[in-house]
Amino acid sequence: MRRILPLLLLAACGGGAPALSVSATVDTLDNGLTLIVHEDHSAPIVAVNVWYHVGSGSEKPGRTGFAHLFEHLMFMGSEHAPYPMFDRMLEGAGANNNGSTTTDRTNYYEYGPTSSLEVMLWLEADRMGWLLPTMDEAKVDAQRDIVKNERRQSYENQPYGKVGDIMPPLMYPAGHPYSWPVIGSMADLSAASLTDVQDFFRTWYAPNNASIVVAGDVTRAEVLALAEKYFRDIPRGPDITYPEPSQPQMARDTLVTTEDRVQMARLQYAWHTTRAWGDDDAALQVAAQILTGSKNSRLTKRLEYDDQSVVFVRAFPDHQKLAGDFSVTAQGKPGVALPTLQAAIDEELARLAADGPTAAEMEQAMNSMEASFLNAIQTVNGKANQLNSYYYETGEPDAFGRDLERTKAVTADDVRRVVEQYLLGPRAIVSVAPEGQPELHAVAREVTP
Amino acid sequence: MTRTQTSHAAVVALLAVAVPMSAQVTSPPPLGAAPALTLPAVDTARLDNGLTILVSRNAEVPLVSGRLIIDGGARTAGAAPGLATFTASMLDEGAGGKDALGLAEAVDFLGATLRTSASWEEFSLSVSGPKRTFGEALGLLADVALRPAFAEADIARERDARQAQLVAAKDSPGQVASRVFARNVFPAGHPMHENLSGDSATTAALTAESVRAFWASVADPAKAVLILTGDVTAAEARRWAAAHFGDWPAPETAATKPAASTVASPPRPQTRVILVDKPGAPQSVVFIGAPGVDRESPDYAAISVMNTILGGSFSSRLNDILREQRGYSYGASSSYQWSPVPGPFVAASQVRTNVTDSSLAVFFREFERIRTEPVPADELERARNYNVLGALGDYETAAQVNGAIASALQFGHPLSRTADELAAMGRVTAAEVQAAAQQYLDPTRLTVVVVGDIATIRRGIEGLRLGPIEVQEF
Repeated sequence: MRRILPLLLLAACGGGAPALSVSATVDTLDNGLTLIVHEDHSAPIVAVNVWYHVGSGSEKPGRTGFAHLFEHLMFMGSEHAPYPMFDRMLEGAGANNNGSTTTDRTNYYEYGPTSSLEVMLWLEADRMGWLLPTMDEAKVDAQRDIVKNERRQSYENQPYGKVGDIMPPLMYPAGHPYSWPVIGSMADLSAASLTDVQDFFRTWYAPNNASIVVAGDVTRAEVLALAEKYFRDIPRGPDITYPEPSQPQMARDTLVTTEDRVQMARLQYAWHTTRAWGDDDAALQVAAQILTGSKNSRLTKRLEYDDQSVVFVRAFPDHQKLAGDFSVTAQGKPGVALPTLQAAIDEELARLAADGPTAAEMEQAMNSMEASFLNAIQTVNGKANQLNSYYYETGEPDAFGRDLERTKAVTADDVRRVVEQYLLGPRAIVSVAPEGQPELHAVAREVTP
Repeated sequence: MTRTQTSHAAVVALLAVAVPMSAQVTSPPPLGAAPALTLPAVDTARLDNGLTILVSRNAEVPLVSGRLIIDGGARTAGAAPGLATFTASMLDEGAGGKDALGLAEAVDFLGATLRTSASWEEFSLSVSGPKRTFGEALGLLADVALRPAFAEADIARERDARQAQLVAAKDSPGQVASRVFARNVFPAGHPMHENLSGDSATTAALTAESVRAFWASVADPAKAVLILTGDVTAAEARRWAAAHFGDWPAPETAATKPAASTVASPPRPQTRVILVDKPGAPQSVVFIGAPGVDRESPDYAAISVMNTILGGSFSSRLNDILREQRGYSYGASSSYQWSPVPGPFVAASQVRTNVTDSSLAVFFREFERIRTEPVPADELERARNYNVLGALGDYETAAQVNGAIASALQFGHPLSRTADELAAMGRVTAAEVQAAAQQYLDPTRLTVVVVGDIATIRRGIEGLRLGPIEVQEF
């Protein structure tokens, strides 16, 4: 069997050093702002990628969805760039922009011709430093309505969308930062006030809680000079207390059944695992690849090719900053009852936990995953976000090589063990049946840990 | 404080040596000089069997993107609805002596990705992966194109899977709206009246025999173009192509595709409203549009800029009003779907159920406004730049370059023509935007599809008097 990419990634392979690298410099301004620069002179474009180290996990009780609502408010204008200057200036410069919120962080990015770099940094600086002077109730109300529309579109008017509301509180105990959905509840969105916005900004949107990656056809000196110019007068914020990592365990199978206006039943299993860069997250990534990464993966082959009982089956390992989980989602074909799928999935997991993957399966999975690393560094936008992600998770932006190396170090027995350790135990089960067909619902096992 | 460009440059120079400065910068910096767009160069070669090879080299990342385009697709004469896309989906379910799972395993081993699809106009078989193994990966693509298995059991399995997907589509209000829109805008007999995936009856009729016969007639090297981009030289491309596709024979009986110009232009009836019921829906999915425009229209640049202003960017009028100003929606947009047989113009949004009528009124008022009022200079300049400068980011990866070459090829254009088109967009005037809207966007001849809770939304829509209202099932 062949390993392809180590030979291909060449570069500084000597002495066991990681071969894959996206070189980046790290500088810190006096106010605590981290600035990461990656020079890539292959195309006349630049990406600016800003991470604030706050997500829905830091929301107060009764204010779920607030971090994401706040993300929307960041586009509503700041003292020197009044609404709607942000989007209009960038479009006029030929640049695109967007933002996103997870449980652990909120990111903002711009991407466009190098001629727009200074405008991008000025706009980011103005909203980092001077958002509140022009913030008012009307802006909060406007974006509150839009976020509610987003919730309707992505959850309530979406087939199976309600699973996204059910799973977080099923997996995480009340009070855990991951025990509510990032989008939040309609009631909590309604409750958000201008005072909440001001408090949240003062607590979290400070230069010492942010990191900026600039990647593209730029030089470090040029970026540092611009960053000094635009960000240096933003005052450092208060010291921040981040939520502590906390990995819950589950004592027994927990089943939630619900009906939806759909024509096929859908099963979702979820297990507690480990947080990002925990001991087993790389092995769990490989396990997911071996379960559903390809047509001949265990669950895909069994359910889509042999039994032909599902529309799709997907394994999804999710390793976040505080905790991790692993889910398997399968949608039965019309009339297929979920216990049938459960029996097949359970059998395949038990077999993998007993025998482990074959050498051929490991080689295939590794080659495929190594290729994904390479594919992920093709765009400056993708590299910029990943540099920020690695920096947040490990303190080191260029952890590409380290991440690849630890993935490659996973053995067949590691995969066998993590399947046994994490995926045979108690799990959360969400069962969605078509309205009026409760006979298709999944069932819980009698399992004690 | 306001800075001139001169003093600003001086400040940057000072900062480079870390001289302190004071206070925030209160006015926006000027844009730098825009970089020039350099389109990737494309080499052309041809094999004896007629296969054309297009190569564009960029060795920055050791990856190669390959795509075999075969003219034909769902518009191939005699192709039943859904046959072309089903055949394309069967190509990688076993080929070259490997079954579906064996083929997937071989592709993964090379660190490659292989995809097959069909559009109205063509088949697209793509493979991408590391340069080191790309010769072998291209061999797998040749297996898929030249030696597909089309085994009975695989056909039966994938036919069943497609039936389930067709059922699933009915659960998604967005997909329902899209399909009802297409079948109403394009009359029976027009290719786009049908769904690319067909329906449950056409799917049930698919057989291994029909798939084999169809592929045998369309897999024609004389109608095929192999596009290779990324870390590949023209010499390597020719060598690989000759090795893997050199013995590709012409079909015994070649299929034909009618010229796009022979497809009758769809009628443009008076504006009408079609409702599809989704009781209890919290939002209504709205599609509004009409048959689109020929890509060769002399007004292509003006139409593109006009659409950017109407609904083609975040700051566009439809998104600005429906989302930002009114809070009716999470987003609204419009687009022209350019293809040799013109696709539709469509403006779409998902809007809160209780403002469905008000949202429709906004759409129609904006259609009218862009026809009657000259676009302000700053809005026009922003839209032109968004298109022209935005194109600088379109050629970063091998896959993007490959896609751009394929996209131009669809219309018989070389990639180099893109530069002329962008230049033309940069020159579009306010009068041209208005003229394009007047000529191509007629609010009295539109099809409106709304998928939502009819009991709640119907009365308000009636009050708009847009045209006759009809309820359809899907």
